[in-house]
Amino acid sequence: MITLLISDTFKAVTPEEIIDRYPNSYNHFVLPFVIGIVFIITYLLIGLIRILYHLTPQDRKKLLKSLVTPKTAWKNIKDIVLDCLLHTKIWKRKPLLGYMHSSIAFGWFLLIVLGHIELALFAPRHLSSLSEGSLYYPIFYRFFIWINPAHETLRGALFFFLMDFVLLYILSGIALAMFKRVRSIALGMRHTTKPSLADRVALYSLWAIFPLRLLAEGFTADLSGGSFLTTPVNMLFKTFFGNGLNFMPTWWLYSICLGLFFVAMPFSRYMHILTEPLLILFRNAGLKVRKPRKGFAEAEIYACSSCGLCIDACPMNVQKKNLKYSSVYFIRFLRRHNTRKITEIANKCLMCGKCAAICPVGVDSPAIRRAHRETLNNKTDYDYSYLTNYSPQFATHEQNTPTTSKILYFAGCMSHLTPRIIKSVETILRAAKLDFEFMDKDKGICCGRPLMLAGKTEAALKTIEANRRIIKESGCHTLLVSCPICLKVFKEEYKLSGIRILHYTQLINELIKDSKLHLSKSDSTMVYHDPCELGRGCGIYQEPRTVLNCIGVLKKAKKERDESVCCGYSLGSLTLDEKERTKLAESCVDSLLEEKPESIITACPMCYRAIRSKASVAVKDFAEAVCEHIADK
Amino acid sequence: MIDFGFGISPSSGINLNNSDKDTFSKLAKMEPNVLKCMACGSCTATCTAGDFKTTSLRTAILNLQNGLKDEALEILSGCMLCGKCTMVCPRGINTRHLILSINKIYGK
Repeated sequence: MITLLISDTFKAVTPEEIIDRYPNSYNHFVLPFVIGIVFIITYLLIGLIRILYHLTPQDRKKLLKSLVTPKTAWKNIKDIVLDCLLHTKIWKRKPLLGYMHSSIAFGWFLLIVLGHIELALFAPRHLSSLSEGSLYYPIFYRFFIWINPAHETLRGALFFFLMDFVLLYILSGIALAMFKRVRSIALGMRHTTKPSLADRVALYSLWAIFPLRLLAEGFTADLSGGSFLTTPVNMLFKTFFGNGLNFMPTWWLYSICLGLFFVAMPFSRYMHILTEPLLILFRNAGLKVRKPRKGFAEAEIYACSSCGLCIDACPMNVQKKNLKYSSVYFIRFLRRHNTRKITEIANKCLMCGKCAAICPVGVDSPAIRRAHRETLNNKTDYDYSYLTNYSPQFATHEQNTPTTSKILYFAGCMSHLTPRIIKSVETILRAAKLDFEFMDKDKGICCGRPLMLAGKTEAALKTIEANRRIIKESGCHTLLVSCPICLKVFKEEYKLSGIRILHYTQLINELIKDSKLHLSKSDSTMVYHDPCELGRGCGIYQEPRTVLNCIGVLKKAKKERDESVCCGYSLGSLTLDEKERTKLAESCVDSLLEEKPESIITACPMCYRAIRSKASVAVKDFAEAVCEHIADK
Repeated sequence: MIDFGFGISPSSGINLNNSDKDTFSKLAKMEPNVLKCMACGSCTATCTAGDFKTTSLRTAILNLQNGLKDEALEILSGCMLCGKCTMVCPRGINTRHLILSINKIYGK
């Protein structure tokens, strides 16, 4: 019996199982869908050409190279499957949102794929040529065919079941999505984006597509087969209406909703579905945002799904009036070319990078803001002629013997405002018996990051060049930095090949590992604040924590690591005033004091100053805390 | 030296009638806190660029109030926007934005 069934399942389908109800494979109701799909394909092609045209020739070459390099090509495939299909990023952050989103997106994808497989197995001629309706046939397959009940196979039934199962999966997601519109907090979102008009059109037609599909396929289920969802619908409505008059209007509506969705798509948030794969290719190719609205940036702008996760993430949301400065609205105004608003938001942003870190699509909006600032400020006048001839007096310089085992310590402007950081770092270096030199003991040149953040790239490159010359001339092998702001620009822009660039948290961690520095452990509790530029900027989260675990008991903050709250005094913001910064600092301290630690430790001179002015507990710099626990061994 | 009652060096007097108050109020609109400056000089004292070249935001603000636009731009031209002055300003003036605004409004 079983063998019979199996052989029946895999036997080539007899022509009688599927019969075309419409010999010319066409009915007028497919028109809205066809118009929609043709429109969106044309739009996509033109958009793709536009974006590629605006890339610089080097970037285009880079992109092409990354597509044929096996390593990046594999990464592309992996990222596209994980991010665009399975949505692992949303699952990780908010499981319920992950379920909601993937049920609709991945479910729909499954429906389309299953539909095509079904067609390929049962009526392949409709898949191969346009004249046989290959554009719309897989979508409206159930409308066009008649299943011969006498010849219905297990294989056919399997597809009926799968399609209904996936449809149920999608419908559960749609129900969640509708619920989210009413109570978003239930799905873990305090604030959601206010949808624009095009968003609404696309959203409502998307919601309507799947219930209509259920009805439409339900009405034809007695002719074209159905399973546990569509067959009961068919039986129920047959008894209600008693005739087939509801048949055509439902299929028409289904087609209209599909068409409407596709036409509204380019003007709505749903453009992210089609742009995200392109963004992944660009990102993996290592392209950078050069212009705020063209090329790579355009791919980022259209890849934004407008989900609004960045609204809750933005540190500025402590004041409700500042919700409008979130990345999602910034990108919306970029899409609409609203220059006044774009400038206002771009200048206000702290550039803490939290929105980019939590973005499910990975839109790097701080980079776009920086690019926009560049269009505003790059041209302003400056005179850095004093930089060209400046060289600090190194001890080695006088002896004219540049040693190769030296550490060069660059404190940076902000560390000079907090001399205790510099003193502590020096004490630690001496305790570890390291040979080091001070690059900016009496005076020093700014690292260039503040200029970069303000969009004055040209000027920044001048200071970078001057510092680079000094570092190269010193003959050091390691550049030690105590300010995360400097660290980021040293790593990204300086191109110091052969020289290790370390933040002091990294160096101290290494010294402990190599038993060059011995620390005594106490039982006092502390919490570590992740500075934006050190954590999200340079990916250094673990080293400071490892060291702090050696000197005390580390508590957790409410938001930490890549979700850490900016202290508010970031150099990134150009227009945020003192009052607003104070509010941010307070919310940052609130998050840190969640588990009532005895002290707060941070590793950035700016965070140190900001937090110290607001905290009710002791605030120490990382180096200072380590210094207090140096053991003689 | 004999005092003839007149000299050949140019006058160092400032004619306040020539100072452009409208432009300064435009600046004050962009960065209102500039009016709060009490000329304490903390910004100048901490200035990174000031170690190399005379750079003083305090003087620049005074210059602008006196209508000396070119002098103000010159004294800020070495600024590297490092932000130390913002951190030390007792009046909470957003000095980086102020300097950018001065460059934008008064610059060429």
